[in-house]
Amino acid sequence: MTEFTSDVDSHPDSPGQDSDDAVGYYVPGEPIADTKAPGGPISERWNTRKFEARLVNPANRRKLSVIMVGTGLAGASAAATLGEAGYVVKSFCYQDSPRRAHSIAAQGGINAAKNYKEDGDSVHRLFYDTVKGGDYRSRESNVYRLAEVSTNIIDQCVAQGVPFAREYGGLLDNRSFGGVQVSRTFYARGQTGQQLLIGAYQALERQVNAGTVTTYTRHEMLELIVVDGKARGIIARDMVTGEIETHLADVVVLASGGYGNVFYLSTNAMGCNVTATWRAHRKGAYMANPCYTQIHPTCIPVSGTHQSKLTLMSESLRNDGRIWVPKNKADCTKDPRDIPEEDRDYYLERIYPSFGNLVPRDIASRQAKNMCDEGRGVGPEVEGVRRGVYLDFADAIGRLGRDAVEDKYGNLFDMYARITGEDPYQVPMRIYPAVHYVMGGLWVDYDLQSTIPGLFVTGEANFSDHGANRLGASALMQGLADGYFVLPHTIRDYLADGPFEAVDPSHPAVVEARRSVEDRIEHFMTVQGTRSVDSYHRELGNIMWEYCGMERTEDGLKKAIDLIRGLRDDFWRNVKVLGSAATLNQSLEKAGRVADFFELGELMCIDALNRRESCGGHFRGESQTEDGEALRHDDQFAYVAAWEFAMDEGLGAQKPVLHKEDLTYTAIEMKQRSYK
Amino acid sequence: MTATAGTESDTTSDGMKLTLKIWRQANPETPGAMHTFHLEGVSPDMSFLEMLDVLNEQLNAEGEEPIAFDSDCREGICGMCGLMINGQAHGPEVTTTCQLHMRTFSDGDEITIEPWRADAFPVLKDLCVDRSSFDRIIQQGGYVSVNTGSAPEAHSIQVPKDAADRAFDVATCIGCGACVAACPNGSASLFMGAKITHLGELPQGQAERDARVVNMVGQHDHEGFGGCTNIGECTAACPKEIPLDVISQLNKDLRTAMRHGH
Ligand SMILES: Cc1cc2nc3c(=O)[nH]c(=O)nc-3n(C[C@H](O)[C@H](O)[C@H](O)COP(=O)(O)OP(=O)(O)OC[C@H]3O[C@@H](n4cnc5c(N)ncnc54)[C@H](O)[C@@H]3O)c2cc1C
Ligand code: SF4
Ligand code: FES
Repeated sequence: MTEFTSDVDSHPDSPGQDSDDAVGYYVPGEPIADTKAPGGPISERWNTRKFEARLVNPANRRKLSVIMVGTGLAGASAAATLGEAGYVVKSFCYQDSPRRAHSIAAQGGINAAKNYKEDGDSVHRLFYDTVKGGDYRSRESNVYRLAEVSTNIIDQCVAQGVPFAREYGGLLDNRSFGGVQVSRTFYARGQTGQQLLIGAYQALERQVNAGTVTTYTRHEMLELIVVDGKARGIIARDMVTGEIETHLADVVVLASGGYGNVFYLSTNAMGCNVTATWRAHRKGAYMANPCYTQIHPTCIPVSGTHQSKLTLMSESLRNDGRIWVPKNKADCTKDPRDIPEEDRDYYLERIYPSFGNLVPRDIASRQAKNMCDEGRGVGPEVEGVRRGVYLDFADAIGRLGRDAVEDKYGNLFDMYARITGEDPYQVPMRIYPAVHYVMGGLWVDYDLQSTIPGLFVTGEANFSDHGANRLGASALMQGLADGYFVLPHTIRDYLADGPFEAVDPSHPAVVEARRSVEDRIEHFMTVQGTRSVDSYHRELGNIMWEYCGMERTEDGLKKAIDLIRGLRDDFWRNVKVLGSAATLNQSLEKAGRVADFFELGELMCIDALNRRESCGGHFRGESQTEDGEALRHDDQFAYVAAWEFAMDEGLGAQKPVLHKEDLTYTAIEMKQRSYK
Repeated sequence: MTATAGTESDTTSDGMKLTLKIWRQANPETPGAMHTFHLEGVSPDMSFLEMLDVLNEQLNAEGEEPIAFDSDCREGICGMCGLMINGQAHGPEVTTTCQLHMRTFSDGDEITIEPWRADAFPVLKDLCVDRSSFDRIIQQGGYVSVNTGSAPEAHSIQVPKDAADRAFDVATCIGCGACVAACPNGSASLFMGAKITHLGELPQGQAERDARVVNMVGQHDHEGFGGCTNIGECTAACPKEIPLDVISQLNKDLRTAMRHGH
């Protein structure tokens, strides 16, 4: 898809923007629009689209094939549903079973506008909360639809036997989550993602038994096949035998999850990657708002350079815990219990007297980083800095008693104790923010179709529903909404053009895709440099965290881009991958993923550089109010930044093309948030 | 667990010294063998798998191929990890391998690390095994047959809280396979019993109850898992504490199904 490409190089005219920090790093392109969302009243749009989307005759469905990459909530639910409808589905995942997709780790719950509590909830309110939570950077039609189908999700999951929490009367229980005022979150103790995923996985395995779905586990998608402008298949590697396989189909769906691991340390699973979506991006699918990442304030801090991942603890802890650091740097190594009250800085209570410890996620995160950057962090020193702040339950235990605290938070305290070896009933917990979710992803229209016809993208892998910030318990909702209720309707409009002409495996586009995968693997196996893949990944993560994390500045981002480019060149020349490509080889798998993370990281920084505003979870140093709070600029940045991949050969680096999709709101009014 | 403050972990830079005896096997066809490795500077705050990461970095630097082992979430929920540690599935504590921490061990320890051993879990490489037999058991009926879109309103199905809680408790099985690895017979009865009980406790699971148990057990036997002789090693090794009585439930359901003519 290069039809929008413009070769204009200088762009003093970025329309509407006062300034453009990213001049020279990108090329401005034509605006882009979502042409699939119907007009009319917002509550009618989805019905209209469902009606207008063409049907596929059941007899023809067996002649139509779908490749589904990913078996998380978004992928397993869609594969099962399309299998039930009678299409021929191939389902891929890199784990040894579809049931292990990262969705399994979600703890808190799933939102749905059931209004079982009669507390004033409604589809409109869930829609409103989600758009507002996303800081007015999401698309209203998509979000409304999400809220609308949310209720069907609960019905479907209950029918599958998902054991949601129930009240004594036998009806479903709800809780309030993520700072909203209604109780609309359905949950299964602290394992909601697990239970929902097992429901979807079982539906998927039922279709395997029925012969409509074939699963390819321990298979990694390494390239997208585009024939005559349409997505027609993938190149995948059998991760056990090393065989490179060509899989062809009529349509490809990416449900491959988020790319938070570009930061190396995150709460994502070890294998979460951007490869599937990045390969599609390189083939013409636009990447939207890549710099939008969510950072969660209450994670267990890094304990040493050996740290491989971070663990999230429920935010509910901030309801009763008090956050502090020592006033004096000299106290940072002391036993916190020996630091007297007057030497403690309860900084959130001090800076935000009305919200205190309950300020929004991004503020809590940013201030924790500020304290540690000042040298007042606590816990082990890792690479010269102590990155942790205290979350102290001593007052809560004094006020409520140990039993009450144990009742509320017992499982979290146990988890903390298991990981850190410390008893949080006696010494304050230590917490630190960590990357947890990405709102950015491949650009899709209302049909969830990317800019490559025949390539659809669902779940965390797309960008569409959460704007600049995601509300708690809404990612599970989106994954299942996309997979069970949205994609199956919209994809049929595309498939209605079929049956399609079969693609010959010797087609030049197929051969080229295969060769590029083989060449890349061959390269990794022959470099035989001196540094491990992990060491590069960790260094990239540090750059991203430092300069493209919670707080960003023009200078920092420019520096990050230089650093990433230098490191990436070194990686290609000096990485060390041992063993053979013809067996299970985890270093080789990681090398491919890290190679793509380098390119993504560069694009994230360019996107962040362009967006000179603080919005959602992102604080741009240059865009703040007089008292240091986030300042959004709706007049300049109320758009989706959709990036088209392009290389500047002279520079030997990316010079992407920016297509802006203006965001207009008809059913909701834009407001600045305020928390003072 | 101790009550020490986090600041003490500052002093771990010298760390523990360990002798590791690890199974290495190039591929499913080639026979494997135990190899000995020495690792220094192990921090008690490392997870068991982070300790192996450090070993792998060391091997890579020395030009020896890193050891393959599975993990993904490293939070004890995906079920991807699983090692026999000193002969115990997931090691000495009731948790997953990824949630085991090195503070459980002492300086100077010798630790033996092997893959799951079971006929139905062939070794793929080093410490990785093939557990796809579990998926095939589920394919035979570990679900409720309800197509997307055909579900009734959620509140039309009431489930007593006790039943819902019990269903949840056994539905927390992560499919790791420790029960099979721990069982002298290599039986997957605990895994299967957990699914039979999860769906059997709920009204939604009743319609297919007989066929489910018969077909799943048939597949289980076909895959080469052994029979259950009530030894109880499975439940002792299970990181999610799935209770042994799910196997009684499984057997009871199987007898009922047979009586019904299945
Ligand atoms: C610790 C944690 C807690 C969370 N808690 C909540 C919560 O309480 N509520 C909430 O709403 N959200 C929560 N989230 C967010 C939510 O879990 C995720 O956003 C969501 O589950 C993503 O689902 P998905 O189906 O899009 O992708 P995933 O579940 O990530 O699935 C991705 C799939 O793609 C496959 N895949 C990826 N790359 C490739 C490739 N190259 N080749 C082949 N296959 C590939 C994987 O094997 C996997 O099957 C949480 C996230 C984390 C990290
Ligand atoms: S029953 Fe326990 S040990 Fe067996 S697979 Fe499930 S969680 Fe693992
Ligand atoms: S890696 Fe997921 S349970 Fe251990």
